[in-house]
Amino acid sequence: MIDRTQIEQIEALAKSLGLKYHPVEFEVVPESFMTEIAIYGLPVRMPHWSFGVRYIYQLIQHRMGLSRLFEVVFPGNPGRAYLAQSNSAAENVLVTAHVLGHADFSANNLLFRRSQEQVGEHIVEQAAAHARQIGMAIEEHGLERVEAVLDAALSLEQHIDVDQPLRRPRYPDAVPEKTTPATNDDFARRFAALGPDTARPPTTGAAKRSPIPPHPEKDLLWFIAQYAPEMEPWERDIFLAVREESFYFYPVFACQIMNEGWASYWHARLLREADFLPQAAYVDAIKCHSDVVRPTASGDAVALSTNPYHLGFSIWEKIIEQHGLEYARRIMCEDDDFAFIRNHLTQDLAAELQLFRYKGPAHGTLTVQDADISALHDALLAPKYGFGAPTVSASRIHVDGKLELVHDHVTDGRGLDPDRARKVLEYITRVWRRPVSIVTVNGDNQPLEITVMPELEVV
Amino acid sequence: MSDNVSGGSGPGSPGEAGWYDLFSRGARDWLRHNEKVREAVKQHLPQIVAGADVLSGGASTVRVPVRMLEHYRFKLRSSNEQQGVGQGQAKPGDRIGRPLQDSDQRGQGGNEDGSIQYTLEFRIDDIVDWLWEEMKLPNLEAKQGRAKEDDWTREGWDRRGARSRLDRRRSLKESIKRRGVQLASGVEPPPFTDDDLRYRQLAKREQPAMQAVVILLLDVSGSMGERERQISKTFFFWAIQGLRRQYRHLDLVFVAHTSEAWEFQEEEFFRVTGTGGTVASTGLIKVREIIDARYSPSQYNVYLFYASDGENFPSDQPQAQAALADLVDDINYAGFLEVAPLAGSMPDSELGKLFLAFAEETDNVGAYRVSGTEDIWNAVRHFFAREA
Repeated sequence: MIDRTQIEQIEALAKSLGLKYHPVEFEVVPESFMTEIAIYGLPVRMPHWSFGVRYIYQLIQHRMGLSRLFEVVFPGNPGRAYLAQSNSAAENVLVTAHVLGHADFSANNLLFRRSQEQVGEHIVEQAAAHARQIGMAIEEHGLERVEAVLDAALSLEQHIDVDQPLRRPRYPDAVPEKTTPATNDDFARRFAALGPDTARPPTTGAAKRSPIPPHPEKDLLWFIAQYAPEMEPWERDIFLAVREESFYFYPVFACQIMNEGWASYWHARLLREADFLPQAAYVDAIKCHSDVVRPTASGDAVALSTNPYHLGFSIWEKIIEQHGLEYARRIMCEDDDFAFIRNHLTQDLAAELQLFRYKGPAHGTLTVQDADISALHDALLAPKYGFGAPTVSASRIHVDGKLELVHDHVTDGRGLDPDRARKVLEYITRVWRRPVSIVTVNGDNQPLEITVMPELEVV
Repeated sequence: MSDNVSGGSGPGSPGEAGWYDLFSRGARDWLRHNEKVREAVKQHLPQIVAGADVLSGGASTVRVPVRMLEHYRFKLRSSNEQQGVGQGQAKPGDRIGRPLQDSDQRGQGGNEDGSIQYTLEFRIDDIVDWLWEEMKLPNLEAKQGRAKEDDWTREGWDRRGARSRLDRRRSLKESIKRRGVQLASGVEPPPFTDDDLRYRQLAKREQPAMQAVVILLLDVSGSMGERERQISKTFFFWAIQGLRRQYRHLDLVFVAHTSEAWEFQEEEFFRVTGTGGTVASTGLIKVREIIDARYSPSQYNVYLFYASDGENFPSDQPQAQAALADLVDDINYAGFLEVAPLAGSMPDSELGKLFLAFAEETDNVGAYRVSGTEDIWNAVRHFFAREA
């Protein structure tokens, strides 16, 4: 439990140190609630069986003591912070400070601000509204049908295009055909000299129907919702609801290292400067800090993963030490993990943090690689490209309505897992209601096309 | 929640007493997941029937190992190479053992591998329901025109009767009708009169006999090994389940034979091992004796299922044929299950041929060959489709 005065004291301190954030509402919630947030990503979210699977994994992990959640913050205005009931008072001091770091980050970071401008500042309520909307769809259309739509929409969760606006217009229906004026013609020259023809509307060439999509389309959720030949309005709504939540999740995903590092930096700093804290509370809180922000491997041990809290924290400390807080705040506002890691994880810092790159056969002994900082950057960032999903675009709708997807195997380095791809196509086919195919490559880098035909719906 | 520092509008605001203590979305979605697993399992009934470790005893459920469903996403094919970033004291060129699958390697919303196996329990009754649905069989009909038994059934209503059989709903309806009529003619009607009361009546009606006996005849000669026994046992189990729901009383009789035949109790039946050859007629004659002694065909529907590898002594064939011929008229159905590791479902052993010959002439004999547990389903289907 935490007391209000303490929160106020910490907030005052944070503001005096330059943190700028929307008001944050703190709430203490039971463990079960924290678990659900960990599974759904949001306190109230649409029902889907796949969350049930995550729930069991989470319970098992929790039983084994592998994970413990202290807090979750949802950006917005006001921001919402949920603190675990099991936190001790000392932990909550730290957690409160940590939450303020997150609030500062999400109120100022460009990616977060852009997402909040588009999605809105009340994601918790919006997600709950989506859940209710889907609940109503279930009542009206039955669980099976709604589930089929969610199967497809949620499996394409990561396939959005964050460079495009959330409310995105359809492609222009027609593109003017490019006509090259025949200037070498004597008549045409004299005709042009007469000036614009006012009697008739200008003929810029017959308007040509633009192909759909005019370019490979990464935003599969949007594309399907807009262009599926026979999708029902409520099905489109579900796709767009999932897409909206994905737009919300993207900055959280793309700034994880920065964001956790920033929050960790601030909880450490606020704690250090909080002279109003009793000594015992301070020591306990610092102990908690070192548990959270510690390298995955300590002492002589070697770990094959990194702790984003520790990595982000260390990079921020280095930046602030070398360039000052103002400079750090600018980076916090402008960057995401890609820029943050590439620009600020230097060879020296990597060595100091004992980061190394390893490589090896899938089920064999791994070898530690040479210290090459850009290769290390790549290895750290590789799982973050494209929202962590393979690069798949919609490339064409055939005359008969068949949807053609294409996988950019060159970018991803190898082809798709064909069995999973087929299953996903099966999901999509149920809402697209026409054949759906995808082109990727097989294990020998030879083109591989997978096609799924729609099942005949029994009426 | 007294120390709650909430601003007051959150889901756990004071007065609302934390709905999340009462309701778990995760658990709800987990139940839905399990339901889907059940549906998936339902589509693989044949395998369950074959693989289920069913006991003939009182077990009312079957435990089926299942895997968690995976919600599929586009993923890259698994690489034969792995790389990543680690932390610790390691120099270039150091060699490290292979890592455990680390949980935080998963991307956001990434898919967990369906690596946890767990067990779902299915009620045998449910499975049998599904089986029947799947086979699209009309429910087995007890043979009409055979034995009858008298039973009381509810039939109609009367104005007089025992208080315990007062039909209140019906009586109220009568009262409403009467009051409707009386109101129309301007009389102030009393709420109930004796004439409104209706009593359910019972009548004695003849019912088709709902008693049945299933005689399970098992060849326990040396050639029937552990595997063949298991197949026979599983087959018997499902055959019985099918019949059990048709009859209020279902007696089971267990007969084993080699060159002799004995009746057993259920517990011992599947453990019996005999030595010596197969003399089928002994078994069939034993069955005949049991029927004559205890299960008069005029009162019982008699079913016979006989599992054997079918290798009867050639010299016994005439007697076996005679014994079977003698039985056929008195039983509802006789099924012969040939358990032999050969391809095809058409029995061609001595006994198999014998049963097949009868099957050609009458509907109530059938024969089927299974070579492994995976065929049991087809055998059940074969016999019961014929029976329907």
